[in-house]
Amino acid sequence: MRVTVRFFASLREALGRERLDVDVADPTVAGVCAALAGALNKCQREALEAPGVRVAVNQVLAHRSAPLAAGDEVAFLPPVTGG
Amino acid sequence: MRRQVRVQTADFDIAAEWAACRARCGGGAGAVVAFGGLVRDRTGEAESPVRGLHLEHFPGMTEAGIERMVDQAGERWRLLDVTVVHRVGTLAPEDQIVLVLVAAPHRPDAFAACEFLMDHLKTDAVFWKKERRASGDAWLQATLGDRDRRAAWCSEDGGRQGQTGGSDGR
Repeated sequence: MRVTVRFFASLREALGRERLDVDVADPTVAGVCAALAGALNKCQREALEAPGVRVAVNQVLAHRSAPLAAGDEVAFLPPVTGG
Repeated sequence: MRRQVRVQTADFDIAAEWAACRARCGGGAGAVVAFGGLVRDRTGEAESPVRGLHLEHFPGMTEAGIERMVDQAGERWRLLDVTVVHRVGTLAPEDQIVLVLVAAPHRPDAFAACEFLMDHLKTDAVFWKKERRASGDAWLQATLGDRDRRAAWCSEDGGRQGQTGGSDGR
């Protein structure tokens, strides 16, 4: 199943990309993390798993166990610094 | 209560927003409180000058989050019309960065809601800020003072002991 993954701000810079499509075997947020892990180096994995990083599915904050459907957008958000 | 929430790269005109707010309110408004936030050129005494800020947002999610804050304010105080305009992109010292405009029948509600909205915008809104300095650019962390101010709205007495932080003086 394919979902779109997006990264913002410091995460986008750490991972060197703004978005990519990922095929996941386990259709959850955790499954996306697992699918991404193989394509990232250690530093990038640490950035993605850093405390405070939140995940939004279709622009709504979600837990790592949240189920996904094909075409969902999974966004990784570093801690917000406000306006 | 009507609300207008915009996130944009373009500058805004406080006088025009004020006039539009008054036109929408007609005779029901007894008070309009406006807050304008500016980009400062420094954050701390010992630090190198700030050349500016770069703000990033999540189009759609950021606006929805601000709209929820405005709705919370509308449940807490009697308000007629709220405008929030927040800029993103690359900003320089002295630039305008945020406008909060609150119209209400009475002054205390307008003042309180304006401050409530700014305190929540500073901590909870989905923005990421990068400071541009001669020594290099760096993403910011939320300041403790901002979090304290935001947390105080949850306490019963509402008393706040804020301290300022951040390069935008808000």
